[in-house]
Amino acid sequence: MPDVSITGEGVGKSYGTTTALKGLDFSVNKGEIFGFIGPDGAGKTTLFRILTTLLLPGSGKVSVEGYDVVKDYRILRRILGYMPGKFSLYHDLSVEENLRFFAGIFGVDVHENYHLVKDIYSQIEPFAKRRAGKLSGGMKQKLALSCALIHKPVVLVLDEPTTGVDAVSRREFWEMLLRLKSGGITIVVSTPYMDEAMRCDRVALMQQGSIMTTGTPQEIIAAFPRKIYRIKGSGILDILRLTRNMKYIRSAELFGDAVHISTENTDQAPTAGEISQYLSAQGLSGHTIKEVVAGIEDCFIDRMKQQPDKHE
Amino acid sequence: MRTIFYIMQKEFIQVFRNRMMLPIIFLMPLMQLLILSYAVTFEIKNIRLHITDNDNSVASRALLEHFRSSEFYHIFGESADASFGMEQLKKGDIHQQLVILPGFEKQIVTGSTAGVQVITDAINGSAAALMNAYTLSVIESYNREVLSRSPGPPPKQVQVSRRYWFNPALDYKTYMIPGILVLLVTLIGMFLAGMNVVREKEIGTIEQINVTPIRKVQFIAGKLLPFWIIALAELAFGLALAVLLFNIPIVGNIFLIFLVASVYLVVVMGLGLFISTITNTQQQSMFLSWFFLVIFILMSGLFTPVESMPRWALQLNTINPIAYFIRIMRMIMLKGSGFQDIVQPLIYLSVYGITMLSLAVWRYRKTS
Repeated sequence: MPDVSITGEGVGKSYGTTTALKGLDFSVNKGEIFGFIGPDGAGKTTLFRILTTLLLPGSGKVSVEGYDVVKDYRILRRILGYMPGKFSLYHDLSVEENLRFFAGIFGVDVHENYHLVKDIYSQIEPFAKRRAGKLSGGMKQKLALSCALIHKPVVLVLDEPTTGVDAVSRREFWEMLLRLKSGGITIVVSTPYMDEAMRCDRVALMQQGSIMTTGTPQEIIAAFPRKIYRIKGSGILDILRLTRNMKYIRSAELFGDAVHISTENTDQAPTAGEISQYLSAQGLSGHTIKEVVAGIEDCFIDRMKQQPDKHE
Repeated sequence: MRTIFYIMQKEFIQVFRNRMMLPIIFLMPLMQLLILSYAVTFEIKNIRLHITDNDNSVASRALLEHFRSSEFYHIFGESADASFGMEQLKKGDIHQQLVILPGFEKQIVTGSTAGVQVITDAINGSAAALMNAYTLSVIESYNREVLSRSPGPPPKQVQVSRRYWFNPALDYKTYMIPGILVLLVTLIGMFLAGMNVVREKEIGTIEQINVTPIRKVQFIAGKLLPFWIIALAELAFGLALAVLLFNIPIVGNIFLIFLVASVYLVVVMGLGLFISTITNTQQQSMFLSWFFLVIFILMSGLFTPVESMPRWALQLNTINPIAYFIRIMRMIMLKGSGFQDIVQPLIYLSVYGITMLSLAVWRYRKTS
């Protein structure tokens, strides 16, 4: 049993009549990258603001490194690093002034702790005198990460760090996170991007204020109960329409230039050959069909569809 | 302590990096002093007067000569028909009409009362009252002349000799400028400081500050101190301008002025800060600050005497910091009041300041 860094028990939060979080249970192990994956409005930011002591939970308990987020907020603020979804450094201060300021109010010395951020900060150091507001998206993100790390936090909380950042910077960013993880820090990250889920050690899939499932990405994929077929060919919309009408087909969705269909988890479900025959019989020939391994996105969409009946 | 220093340092960098800020800080006092002390004046010059002399006698011409020679009057028109002057008054061409009725001289000579009619455009009430007072005093001085020339023993009358104490020449600038300096300090305290916190909310930077272990008191102290210093520097600059450019006397102790100002600043900054903790955008905060500021200024005694306000207004004025400071400023600058004269309002301001500041610290939440 690995050491636990963060635990949440029945964490709930409502704003007026809207329920943002519906009693979440989760635990994050020390030294892992834990991802909360979900679309906008799933409640990720609310949860993160509770984790970082900015918001009081409406119900339930959250503890980080053994400290309660309500009672021990003072200690927690020393050991947490937080990067909000919105860039919230000072636009009118330069890169180095921002770093020095945050080091200052955490009461640490920039030079003494420089090694903590060296990897990341050295990439933006050539622009040390530039105002933070004039940096590109990727550079802003590196600066924000540096400022969140300068006081040597034990837990790093990143709220949608890669939203609005180009693909190259995103990949770079995840490499940085992996390096940080090797230094022993616990990282909690949220993202709406399914591909980033694969980079996490464990993920929680969130939807409308609830966690649908938790596990390693591999576990979640392995638990996918159905077969998925990828069909390519001309008349893609006809393929979509026809397959949706077939029996024992759970879903048929457009994935780029192909149709992904997942079958029901029964013996009567059609095989690839049967689907192909059916399509040909309907006058659609010249398509290819093959079985593919489910991605995390398939799992997410699949779980999302189950969600309503689960609650009723 | 060091944490406060880091916040102050950051604030100073931000203030002086803002291109608009320095010119504003130095031009604002200059412009306010110039405009309010030269352009906005209670003296009325160039009263446009229409004269209708229906007597046309030596006596009536002597009276009119008083008006003609006065620098305050500009004879806009003359006619024998009073209705002609009325027309001009209606059109707004003239401010006042003076009508001397027939038989004016005869009445003076025979010793009965002679009549003069004065009609004043009262669109602007306070200006009308002033013009009326000027005109009456011109007529009064003519009256004295007539009496002194009349045969027989001079009639007994009360001789009034006036002296204006603390402002002998009744100079408008002398009593306006202390008040204007108060406004200057107020603007910086209430707006710059208050707006600053709400700006951090608006941009979202406060989120990043709130997750740090910084204490509320440290944060607020670090926010206020820079503006406290800037406002006092501004006051010094304004006082220097007042003395060097406008020759305003400072009879009292200048350090006493700064002592009061530093206490007063705590009050207005506390108020500004409190407003910024209960609002979410600079727009809301600005609106609310102006609301209070306008009421406070209008009731402060800067333009109108506080003493003539109704009772409820006087009671309301006990929470008007501007009224206190203007009164104390005038006392020190014009009257030379010492510490013991102002100690009571000063204590009141201190209590007020501590209350406002505590309220602001209490209302500022790092966790929502």
